[in-house]
This record gives sequence, structure tokens and C-alpha cells, in this order.
Amino acid sequence: MTATAGIIPYDAVNTSSSRKFERMAEYAPEDFHKHLFELEAEGEWIVQRVPEPYVEVMTKYGRKKKIPLELSWHHKSCGQCGHIPGYSTAIFWLNRKLNFKYLDPTDQTSCTAWNYYASATSNAAAQAGVAMRNFAAAYETGYYPIIHCGTSYGHYKETREELLHHAELRHQVRDIMRKLGKAMVMPEEIVHYSEWVHVVRDRIAANQTRDFSQISVAVHPACHYYKLVQEDAIYDPDIYGGQRTATVSALIVALGAQVRDYSTWFDCCGFGFRHILVQRDFTRSFATLRKIQVMKDEADPDVVITHDTGCVTTLDKSQFVGKAHGFNVGVPVMSDAQFAALAMGAHPYRVCQLHWHSTDYRPLLEKMGIDHERAWAEFQDDLKRLKNGEKEYLTWEDVDA
Amino acid sequence: MGLFADKYPDVPYEEKLRLWEEVKADVRFPSVQYGCYECGICVAACPSARFYDFSPRKIAQAAGREDVELIYEQMNDDVWNCSQCFSCNRCPRQNSPGGLITILREVAVKNGLKSAKQALEGYSRIIYKIMGTGTQVSPDMLQPDAFPDWGPQVREVSADLELWRRALPPETHHTVSTGWQVDDKTVIELYLIWHHTGVMDMIAEVDEGLHMILNDVMEEKLEEAGYET
Repeated sequence: MTATAGIIPYDAVNTSSSRKFERMAEYAPEDFHKHLFELEAEGEWIVQRVPEPYVEVMTKYGRKKKIPLELSWHHKSCGQCGHIPGYSTAIFWLNRKLNFKYLDPTDQTSCTAWNYYASATSNAAAQAGVAMRNFAAAYETGYYPIIHCGTSYGHYKETREELLHHAELRHQVRDIMRKLGKAMVMPEEIVHYSEWVHVVRDRIAANQTRDFSQISVAVHPACHYYKLVQEDAIYDPDIYGGQRTATVSALIVALGAQVRDYSTWFDCCGFGFRHILVQRDFTRSFATLRKIQVMKDEADPDVVITHDTGCVTTLDKSQFVGKAHGFNVGVPVMSDAQFAALAMGAHPYRVCQLHWHSTDYRPLLEKMGIDHERAWAEFQDDLKRLKNGEKEYLTWEDVDA
Repeated sequence: MGLFADKYPDVPYEEKLRLWEEVKADVRFPSVQYGCYECGICVAACPSARFYDFSPRKIAQAAGREDVELIYEQMNDDVWNCSQCFSCNRCPRQNSPGGLITILREVAVKNGLKSAKQALEGYSRIIYKIMGTGTQVSPDMLQPDAFPDWGPQVREVSADLELWRRALPPETHHTVSTGWQVDDKTVIELYLIWHHTGVMDMIAEVDEGLHMILNDVMEEKLEEAGYET
């Protein structure tokens, strides 16, 4: 079945209805901020405040969340930096182009959540210890942590819940922090980088140099972004009528591209943590049959945009096997950060590093008006200079030359 | 043989009960398990339920009824099918079957259940990577024999890996064996967290050989940094 004009369900993002659904305060989970600051007053920890300037956004139950614009300490993602480094590069590039000060630290460990969800060779205290170690490291620099990975983000929200509500766990972690010579610090908000992209989307659009009006997008929201600690995720009444998280979709709308809906929007990508490594038939089957093929059949998008490491990896890499089986696959996948960077004129290889991606992205680049052959030739020249010792590394100055 | 025959008759009931008590004693248990009225919303949302004989509803139900025999069976046969996406957190009773499974898995690992060791076969390289380097995923893991179903593009990446890594503008990304450059002091702090929280003991239960290697690596680094081991 292929999508045809007239029945492509792309209007979901603009849903508005005479029927109002408002999440009532009495059904909302408690607002964690109250307890967070109570514990600070009791001397249990330091709450690192969101630095100014910040933007306030609405979360699921109409509460406000502060998103800092700059002075961000970038808590990196293993899978992004390791396998799809254009993702993290694009996040840094956006910060640089919008003139926001940031820090890319070496004093940062993995959140270790991939290992945790995959193998359970860890426990609540160890996971909380890792989180608090990283938060303390950020606090020591004066910069505010912003989380690159959806899994890290969801996991740190979970960890915050556990530390807020269990004194014995908190005290166990405090003792460990003392042994490391580190303070107990909890950030005022746990912020995902895609929430930062959300609040600067109009600035990105103001700096847009490529026309995306002919680009159609299927959005995949990351499970660990909005399903874990559900009340702490961005919702906006102007995006899907406030019925789905606005993060990612609002950016696409701001860039003038077309958001196309599909029936398995809420489904996981199939990453599985352990499955993508040792039960791979599950991951590639789910990604193909429940996500990519459905997107292609129903919405036929030019690109799939998502905001998590595992999701980009799973949806991009799984399509090779789908193609071998003759399924309706073959749509490029990238992060919102890479998509935003391309909108602002970023080099597809020097910045977005698309050569690390699997599914063919060249038709998309052509539709964006990018001469990808010339761009690849430029990048090959860069590689020649690195190979012959003229330069040791590609630098930020090189990518904007 | 009845429909609900005990699949593990050789394991004493007292042992199965002990493991269940350990699950209930976990600090997170009260917030993952309330009651289950079998609506099946979790199953509808669950990706693993589409491909495996797996049901988050049955796991929440067994926990709600405290069916010790069934819980032990699930701890061995079912919990490793969960993809930990937490789609099941849409439970109208605010249960988290995925969260309950996390605890069941941890208890299985901590107690050295054979099924846990089998489930984690082939996974030890990841544990070694995170423990040894401070990042879980590194560029040098992108090898064709590790990801054959990702197609020939993996071969292209692995052929030019070192060069492509130098063609990354972020200074911290000029690495091959780690996701990003991590300070030695930072890795040591991670070691200490895992030491002090009993995680090393859990690894010993799962893979003794890996535990020995990690211990040696870690002890050497800790001693160099002046910590007592």
C-alpha cells in the first residue's frame, strides 16, 4: 500500500477541536520541585539553579519548566559520539552558530543506562551515584548540565524520583560522593538538548538558509523522553492540540517542513538495549514492520526525524535487512539537531557527518538544494589533508570556511 | 501436567520465596507495583509482546497476586524479552511492569541465576567497555562481524575509522576506543562507585572471568591514583 495525495494524514500536528481536553491538576503527579527545594533547605543537597537567560515551557500538566539558553555543560551520549558523531557535532555547531557559550567536558562518564537497561548488572545506588557524580562535575565548572541522549535523560529523571523519595538511597549516595570529594548536587531541571532546540527553534528558523517547504517529515518521539516520568516533558496546545509531546514536531513546523502523521507514532523504535546487540532479529523486525514500513506506506516522508541516539541508530541501521527482504523501506533518518543544522546551511559531511549513516540520504539532500557531490568532494579534500599530515584534525574553523 | 505446572520443581519453594522477598525489599518496588486490573493496555503498547510469548500484564499480575512459583518462572524465562522502553508506563494504575522487570532482572543477576548468565552471554564486551573506559559504545565496535545485518556501510566506516574520527570538529571526539575523551580521574571515580555499590559482586556472579580481568585493571588504576583497594 502506498500513500497517495489526499489521504496522507499530515494534519495531526495542527489538531484543534471544539472538544477541550485539559489535564486537571488533581490527577497530576506531585510537582517534584517542592520536595527538591525542601531537601535543599534541610541540607540534603545543593540545587543547581537554571542559569539566566532561560525560557519557560509548558510540561504535560501545564506546569512550567525552565530551559537554559547557554552556559550548558554537555552531557554526551555514548552511542552518538561513538557511532553517529554528526549528531553531537550538530548540537555543538548549533550552539556556536547561535553564539551560546557551552562546555564539552572530558570529566564526564557515560550515564551507564544502556548497560543498566540491557543487562541489569547494576543497581539503584550505582546508577544514582553515576548521575550525581556527573551533576557534581557540571556544578564544579559553573555550567549547567544539558543531556544529549534520550535514555540518559529518562534515566536521570527516574533517578531523581528515587533520590527524592528514598532517604536511605540518598544517604548511601551522599556517602559515596563524600568518598569522591564531591558535593551532592541536583539540577533544578533535568534538560534534554531537544528541549533546548525546541526553545531556540524560532532563532534557528530566523537563521535558516535552505528552503524546507517541500520536505516531508515523519517524527519519531523517543520512549525514554516522554514515557518515563511522563509529567516532565514538553507539551504545547498548538502542537497536536497538546495531546502528544511537542518536542521535535514544533521544530519541524518552525522550519517550514511538513509533519506527516502515521498510525504507529507512539510505538517504540525497537532498540531494546540488549536486543540490538544480542537479540537483533527483534530490533530489526520491529523497526521495519512497526515503524519504517508504516511510515513509508502511510505517510511516505522524505526523512524520519527523532531525538535519541538509540532511535536514530535503530531506525537507520535496520533498513538494510528490510531492503534485503523487499519491504517498503528506504527513508533516511537523522536527529532534529542535524536537520536544524542543515536548515541553517551546515555542511552535510563536515558538520552533520552523514557518511556515518546507513540509509541513503542523498535524495533528501538534493531536495534540500544541497550539491552533495560537491560537498563530498570537499570532505574528501579534508580527509586528504588529514592523511598527508597537513592537519591533524578537522577544526570548527575548517567547517565554517 | 496441569496448565500451570511448576516448571522449576527442583528449586525449593523457600529459595523462590527468598528471591521474591528480595524483589519486594528493593527501594523502588513500592513505586512500580500497585495493583493490576488486567486491562491489557501495557500489552497493547509493548513491542516485545508482538514478537515474543511475553506479557507485561502477566508479570504485573503475578506480582500483584504474589504467585511465587510463577514469578520465579518469569524471572528465568520471560524478563529478558522486555525491551525496557517503558511504553507499559501508560498503565492506568500507574504500575510500571518495565520497572518491576528491571528489579526482577537485577535480583536474577545478583543471585547468579543460570538464565541470567545465559541471557548475558555475548554481552560481556559491553560491560568491559564501560568499566574499562567510562563510555559504553566506542567507534572501534563498528566492525562488520559485530553488525553484519547493518550492511556494507559498516565495512566502509571500519576501513577509515581512525581518519574519519580525526575529521570530527569536537575536540573530545578524536578517539577510537572510547566514545569521547574521558579523564583518567573520571574513570577512577566510576570504578569507585561500582566498588562501593556492590556492582562488582554482581559482575562476578554473571561472568567470573570478566570480573577477574576488570578487578585487575581497576585495582592497578586505583593504586596508581593512591586509593586503597
